[in-house]
Amino acid sequence: MHELSVCQAMLREVARVAAGHDAAAVRRIVLRLGPLSGVEPDLLAEAFPLARAGTVADGAELVIERLPIRVRCDTCGAENEAAANRLLCSACGDWHTRLISGDELLLVCVELESNAECGMANAE
Amino acid sequence: MCDTCGCNVTHGNAHLAHEKDAHGRSAVTVLKDLLSENDRAAAHNRAHFDAHGVLAVNLMSAPGAGKTALLEATIEALEGELRLAVIEGDLETENDANRIRAKGVPAYQITTGTACHLDAHMVHGALHHMALDDADILFVENVGNLVCPAAFDLGQHRNVVLLSVPEGDDKPAKYPVMFRAADLVLLTKADLLPVLDDFDPARAEANLRALASPAPLFQLSAKKRIGLDAWLGWLRGQLQQFKVPGSKFKVGVTAPRFRSVP
Repeated sequence: MHELSVCQAMLREVARVAAGHDAAAVRRIVLRLGPLSGVEPDLLAEAFPLARAGTVADGAELVIERLPIRVRCDTCGAENEAAANRLLCSACGDWHTRLISGDELLLVCVELESNAECGMANAE
Repeated sequence: MCDTCGCNVTHGNAHLAHEKDAHGRSAVTVLKDLLSENDRAAAHNRAHFDAHGVLAVNLMSAPGAGKTALLEATIEALEGELRLAVIEGDLETENDANRIRAKGVPAYQITTGTACHLDAHMVHGALHHMALDDADILFVENVGNLVCPAAFDLGQHRNVVLLSVPEGDDKPAKYPVMFRAADLVLLTKADLLPVLDDFDPARAEANLRALASPAPLFQLSAKKRIGLDAWLGWLRGQLQQFKVPGSKFKVGVTAPRFRSVP
């Protein structure tokens, strides 16, 4: 439900990056999402074409890297993949684990088209 | 911690940053939280709370779990002992703020229209209407929703999640993002346990522990004024820690959105 507002917040950040590099356009936006971030990748991808309209990222591609959930056990030190609602150690069964991956909500990278060097001549 | 933040991958990509290819394209590594704009506002709110010595507690739950009833009972119990203030979040109506004001506590109502959660900017706007110097604890009653509010840091120091008995004991398993964010879980409407006997508090707790959550779980009934002592004791304990001079009161470690992003 909140993916549109997440998308709009992301695009404001992207616009800041683009402005900071004097870019004419944004070609690609790369995100990294974990299942425990509270943001649903499919809904975010659906919201993106609506949110990007009229922004510097109008026409940009959204790439979402989905990360697995991994936990490390505080008790026995084992590491394993886990389900969102079962973050237990698969070796000893303890619940005293730490999340080492799976709650990412990261804007990783923005691919820009530059104002000066690119020009319209290079447009594909 | 490279496997946590993902910087191991981007170190490898770092040489690409700012280098333009033949088409004048360049890749800029950002590595920022998607909600960094909200998080900046949240950090600003938190600094504001710290400066005024106000402990900020975010109450989250499904609609109707008893957040406002809990606040009413808490206000009565702490009258003359602690000064409270409340920010209410709802899609519409001033009803909840009116209930709080009727108990003699200042309340500001945020109506979000259609938004399913509060964000840090909305709370910041509300703070301009509150006299924080006159409060020990500020409660933010979030929009009733077990999904979206978990993703937005408001600047609070603690998250309290209410789970009411009619909702069923499997809610932590169904809404892991929300319950992982809890520093405390309150099992509300516990007076209904004898009637709704398919709700097993032990199962609710097992579902919470399966999220690797160390959050305490207390049973209470705000309406019948049962079991409030553990909750009030927890609040007093948090406030005491918060008020220790010079101590940097840590925000909830279990909340995923509070992890630092390089």
